[in-house]
Amino acid sequence: MKRHLLEAADLDLADATLVLDTAAQIDAALAGREVKKLPTLRGRTVVNLFYEDSTRTRISFELAAKRLSADVINFSAKGSSVSKGESLKDTALTLEAMGSDAIVVRHGASGAPHRLAQWVRGSVVNAGDGTHEHPTQALLDAYTIRQRLGRLDGVRVVLVGDVLHSRVARSNVWLLSTLGAEVTVVAPPTLVPVGVGSWPVRVSYDLDAVLPEADVVMMLRVQAERMNASFFPSAREYSRRYGLDARRMELLHDDAIVMHPGPMNRGMEIAAEVADSVRSTIVEQVGNGVSVRMAVLYLLLGGAPE
Amino acid sequence: MTYVIKNARPYGEDAVDLVLRNGAIASIGEDLTVPGAEVVDGAGLVLLPGLVDLHTHLREPGREDAETVETGSRAAALGGFTAVHAMANTDPVADTAGVVEQVWRLGQQAGLVDVVPVGAVTVGLAGSQLAELGAMADSAARVRVFSDDGHCVADPALMRRALEYVKALGGVVAQHAEEPRLTVGAQMHEGDRSARLGLTGWPAAAEEAIIARDVLLAQHVGARLHVCHVSTAGSVELLRWAKSRGVQVTAEVTPHHLLLTDACAEGYDPVFKVNPPLRTDADVEALRAGLADGTIDAVATDHAPHAVEDKECEWAMARPGMLGLEQALSVVVDTMVETGRLDWRALADRMSVRPAAIGRLAGHGRPVAVGEPANLVLVDPAHRSTVDPAALASRSRNSPYAGRELPGRVVATFLRGVPTVLDGKAVK
Amino acid sequence: MAEPALGAPTPGALMSADDVARVVDRVAHQLIERAAARGGVPGADAAADGGLSDLVLVGIPTRGAPLARRLASRIEAFTGTAIDVGTVDITLYRDDLRLRGVRALEDTRLPDAGIDGRLVVLVDDVLFSGRSVRAALDALRDLGRPRAVQLAVLVDRGHRELPIRADYVGKNVPTSRSQQVKVKLVETDGVDQVVVSDGAGA
Repeated sequence: MKRHLLEAADLDLADATLVLDTAAQIDAALAGREVKKLPTLRGRTVVNLFYEDSTRTRISFELAAKRLSADVINFSAKGSSVSKGESLKDTALTLEAMGSDAIVVRHGASGAPHRLAQWVRGSVVNAGDGTHEHPTQALLDAYTIRQRLGRLDGVRVVLVGDVLHSRVARSNVWLLSTLGAEVTVVAPPTLVPVGVGSWPVRVSYDLDAVLPEADVVMMLRVQAERMNASFFPSAREYSRRYGLDARRMELLHDDAIVMHPGPMNRGMEIAAEVADSVRSTIVEQVGNGVSVRMAVLYLLLGGAPE
Repeated sequence: MTYVIKNARPYGEDAVDLVLRNGAIASIGEDLTVPGAEVVDGAGLVLLPGLVDLHTHLREPGREDAETVETGSRAAALGGFTAVHAMANTDPVADTAGVVEQVWRLGQQAGLVDVVPVGAVTVGLAGSQLAELGAMADSAARVRVFSDDGHCVADPALMRRALEYVKALGGVVAQHAEEPRLTVGAQMHEGDRSARLGLTGWPAAAEEAIIARDVLLAQHVGARLHVCHVSTAGSVELLRWAKSRGVQVTAEVTPHHLLLTDACAEGYDPVFKVNPPLRTDADVEALRAGLADGTIDAVATDHAPHAVEDKECEWAMARPGMLGLEQALSVVVDTMVETGRLDWRALADRMSVRPAAIGRLAGHGRPVAVGEPANLVLVDPAHRSTVDPAALASRSRNSPYAGRELPGRVVATFLRGVPTVLDGKAVK
Repeated sequence: MAEPALGAPTPGALMSADDVARVVDRVAHQLIERAAARGGVPGADAAADGGLSDLVLVGIPTRGAPLARRLASRIEAFTGTAIDVGTVDITLYRDDLRLRGVRALEDTRLPDAGIDGRLVVLVDDVLFSGRSVRAALDALRDLGRPRAVQLAVLVDRGHRELPIRADYVGKNVPTSRSQQVKVKLVETDGVDQVVVSDGAGA
């Protein structure tokens, strides 16, 4: 493993598999236990440095660190020195001077974790940067797929929605490809990046055409404000062409699953009856997030490999 | 003081001696000696007319923490320049005779290069109302190049009026070609790498659309147009087409666009953030070809100093721009001379003769000949060194060439017969 | 001490496959004898199983796990009684992560009947500093509350750093600290063998 987890490409097949296997072992080790706590990272300090509000991701990382007995400091941009104009670099050096061993960073600017990694000695974990990547989300998605379908190699995954602005999409494209899945992205052409031709994916503009052969359908959050920038004409038209409703769910084969990184826009990209169906893994994804993040923190912070 | 340069090779050709006296080249020949004269050993060195930069940001007034006229002038002299055009996007903006005269006087006081102010096209660079172009042209600064650089004159009607109006002043509009609606929030070249890095793309078409529009306008009104920092293969094609149709258009390319590509963005280090952005290998190749065949007239540095805090930050928060004055010649030697695409005479054409002509500068870009102004630079083409930003004369450190080995070293620069650089060091 | 410790062993094979099998059999017999002497769980019918239903063999991966299974199968061969076997991975309980770095986790599996109130015998290949056993004791504490915990090892090579001793020892080997003792088992290494080598800097 590298010292940092900045993007999915930091993980080769062996490393990605190690993270998933470690998460599974942690899950098994903690299953049914009253004391869901391990002493592994006692004495280590993990800082959650969040420049964007993201309660669920922050809580997931916090729980993961605490279950490994690390000390956790939550540092949010609001009400801190950051809102007084302190630079990212000064903040990072301050946190390191206080003895942080790892910084988990969420930031609105793509590449901010890469910058941090150049300034600090400890590990940096990207918890979502701008429109770039969100690698632990992709790891928990991969973990969930493997748990449900028993494999990743050859699994056909369809990613639907705002690929252009989605860090979840970028991380999943690279990680799932590394793990041997076949990825198709489906979106209106306005929400597919120029340059997608260099990605290891197929591109389709027709959701109905790709659903029958999908093993996994991953719906991405679509923000209504994209409508105002003319990425699509209206929420209604978007939903009609690219939303997953009960009719489209019928096109899936029996074992196919439906995923969503949350938070969902019910009625926009996903219908309520789909989100709540037995195909949906949305609740499992949340639980798996903690195990996967424990695995990541353990593997990054455990120490230099022998 | 009289100077004798011994055994220098003008344009890389046969070695000669030159006597510099009273600001001019007094004689050229073999075995020249002048009693009491200062002798400069030019053995192995190439002698060129002093370089002229059409595009320099000196940051004064307003951001003296990033650069001043004096520190920028020193960087220019060390880069072999004898004249630089100081861009108008200062604070206050150089949109009045008062501001351009202030910059001109600061340049005179520094006395290291001729600092030639560029006047803003529109008031406050706001793109809505013409600045008093005539007043700036008539001022002591004698402004001939007008530009809103940093901003595009996007309104086509306003651009047409500007092109027409400066005809009466012998001036030229230097356009920063960037269709603003196509580059909202843009961070880097739009292509494979922007898709992967999640940085908002700056499409080549946003530059090319403006160039296409402006050459048509220039042709329609019979005016001169200069295009700043051309960065795409498509732009080169458009310029080639326009020149073939007789449009009075000239264009410049920066050293960084001749050498670097969008691959530099991979680590998100904003030292590589620049506007227009670094493009692809294919664009670099087209720009080199365009400069070689004369479609692109000039190399201009777009030297853009920035304070540390404006670069040691997140990519999206960083200000665009990079240093260029001190490495421009080395980059052109590396990309154009050592690749056999330009000889020294052609390099002098692209870095001195044509930029001086575009800026209507008397006394610069003149041949190395008796009676001409002694604005000269001596270059050691064999020298190679690794760029150390800490060693630069610029007040800022945002050099994209840090750690890169480049050929060529400016050994001496003469401004009207007086050395501003000797032995590779600034004289003052 | 079973053998006098007059000096470190010369590098080379310390135990053959036959030696390993003989030692496993001997420890299996010792476990049976002690269980019989103990008489099983208070209140249970001691005569029915010789006290063996009380016993859980918990291997410490990697090589403690197959050793625990071998001991169980030998006990079953000698007595006809099936023995509960489990494994407990100690990786997440180690205190030397900073020094030795991360490694892949292995299984932690306990028998369905659990370990509460039972006699847990931890099984490992080599007893050295005692830190692995300490980590295993910590892990067991999070997994349940055994009546008692004992330790069985194939090789005790000395140099303890903690007040820990084994209840069942296959072979005592008084090594020097810089030497390395490597246990190989068919299940993990394709061969049964114990080898001593002079460590390169230990």
